[in-house]
Amino acid sequence: MSALMIRDLHKSYGGLEILAGINLEARTGEFVALVGPSGCGKSTLLAMIAGLETVTSGEIWIGDRLVNSVQPKDRDIAMVFQSYALYPTMTVRQNITFGMESRGVPKAEQAEAVKRVAALLQIEQLLNRKPGQLSGGQRQRVAMGRALVRDPKLFLFDEPLSNLDAKLRVDMRTEIKKLHHRVGKTTVYVTHDQVEAMTLASRIAVMNQGSVQQFDTPKRIYDRPTNMFVAGFMGSPAMNFIPARLTGSTSISVRAADGSDATLALAAPLPTGAPKDVVLGVRPEHIYRFTADLKSRKPAVQPLQAPVELVEPTGAETLAVLRLGDLEITGRFEPDDAPVMGETITLGIDMSRACLFDPATRALL
Amino acid sequence: MSTHDLTVPVAAPSAPWRQRLGTMVPILVLAPSLAASFVYVFVFTLWTLYLSLSSSSLMPTYGFVGLDNYASLWANRRWNIAYTNLFLFSGFYIVGSMAIGLLLAILIDQRVRGEAVWRTIFLYPLAVSFIVTGTVWSWLYNPVDGIQAFVRGLGWTDFSFALTANRNTAIYAVIITGIWQSSGFAMALFLAGLRSVDPDLIKAAQIDGATVSRTYRKVILPTIAPIFLAVAVIQIQFAIKTFDLVAALTRGGPGVSTTFPAIYVYDLMFQRGQIGEGAAAAMMMLAALAVVLVPYSLWIVWRRRAEGRNG
Repeated sequence: MSALMIRDLHKSYGGLEILAGINLEARTGEFVALVGPSGCGKSTLLAMIAGLETVTSGEIWIGDRLVNSVQPKDRDIAMVFQSYALYPTMTVRQNITFGMESRGVPKAEQAEAVKRVAALLQIEQLLNRKPGQLSGGQRQRVAMGRALVRDPKLFLFDEPLSNLDAKLRVDMRTEIKKLHHRVGKTTVYVTHDQVEAMTLASRIAVMNQGSVQQFDTPKRIYDRPTNMFVAGFMGSPAMNFIPARLTGSTSISVRAADGSDATLALAAPLPTGAPKDVVLGVRPEHIYRFTADLKSRKPAVQPLQAPVELVEPTGAETLAVLRLGDLEITGRFEPDDAPVMGETITLGIDMSRACLFDPATRALL
Repeated sequence: MSTHDLTVPVAAPSAPWRQRLGTMVPILVLAPSLAASFVYVFVFTLWTLYLSLSSSSLMPTYGFVGLDNYASLWANRRWNIAYTNLFLFSGFYIVGSMAIGLLLAILIDQRVRGEAVWRTIFLYPLAVSFIVTGTVWSWLYNPVDGIQAFVRGLGWTDFSFALTANRNTAIYAVIITGIWQSSGFAMALFLAGLRSVDPDLIKAAQIDGATVSRTYRKVILPTIAPIFLAVAVIQIQFAIKTFDLVAALTRGGPGVSTTFPAIYVYDLMFQRGQIGEGAAAAMMMLAALAVVLVPYSLWIVWRRRAEGRNG
């Protein structure tokens, strides 16, 4: 059974269309991430699921109930906000019990629930403090506690980590993942950070300009992006896009640094009806230094000459900017085996992992 | 500055001089207003305190008479009425204008149509001086050609509305007028406060299942508590120096029923030539202000300490 089902959802303000026909579903216990650049409509979509925004047209089902016109409090949801939205004049305990008090839950039951959630999130010692006396990470926990205490059907997170510094964000990300494993609640998580989406979600909906570009598992989204937007948005450094020409049913040619054409054999034949001009998409980590050993391990690897323009060591890996025609592409190398600046390297491009796109429709071929 | 030092050797001593000027400028600029504040607030307060203990009549003299002026002040029925009026007026005026201002602000905060128009309408009374307000309202209260005459003209011939004609109700006429004048001001401050509340807080309360009134009582209004304090402090000093409103509206009457301390002080000092007793009355006004503000500042200090302990 799906915990959340969205059918052909539209939202517009006046003449401005924010969401254009969203279809989405989350199975019970699933962690769905909505990811996209700012202004893509992901937060509006979340607010509509929560009932904080009205529906222009379409259907939202939570469990087996159509909730289009149900009040937020009756939707059986809990939400964690980007600003945490903790009630500043109440103590942590009061923040957590406010919802239960509003719904008239008996005092003893409230105390029991607070104890359970505080233990789960390790915030027992903070219960009598005010939000102003807490650090960012502690506020984050309290906000999650306030959501958890409801025991809702659906958890909604609206960019909950974007106010934290980089180190804490990684820690809290891990904690959210652990927490989800422990409580197993269906979760919809909005973020603009593709790494967060990749690490947390069981399925990701990549959104752009008010529509879902692709809704799939993180691995499928990363390996087989349906179009150039998804390919470019997911992954850092971004996928390299190289214009290429079909030279046969199983080979393409690209313009090399010296202006000559280099032919690359495809790992699998293209479907018939593919355009003559294509875009070759290669992730930086699928570019290697070409060796005979590599070729024997990865038969689909194709050699390509390229001068090294710039080298950026990051410690764990070394990024190299490589010249290809009038294009710069990025390759990711082992630090021990990294190219040096000025060198002309023979690259091995793993064609079995490469994607081909139609430059006109920007869709995957 | 250092390049200057290199090119002009004699400029070397000018550096510390300039530096000194740099630190002096803020002091020089602030000095006149600091001196004026010091003289007008502290020196004149102390001088008034001294005069209140002296035998001054038409002109200040310095014969020490102890607390005689205070004794004769408190023996006077008119002063007792004035002092009672001050507390009565302040209480009703502050609570009334804050309550009405808050109500208006909450209503306008519901994203009403034509919000700017409403805001302007309610804020306008503040732009009118107390003298004009008092005069206009004295016409409205006047039984012969005010509201009473108007309603009777409509047909309700036994309608009675003559607050200012009765010594027991005249003070309420002053209170109503004061509230009319300043509730728009309270509204403007409250509205600004309501608009500064993080909208996510309201959404969170909505999801938590709180009703609108509970959201206001438990979440929004506690968040803007400092604004209540600001409004109250501003209103208190308005209330205590009330003079022109009463002067224009009732002239302290009927009889002495709407006399206020400020009017009484003016009378004693400049009409009746009893500067000593007038100074004593002025000191009592200061005391009334202190009764409110001293506990308040003590409370602030206490709260800050308490928070320091918890944090």
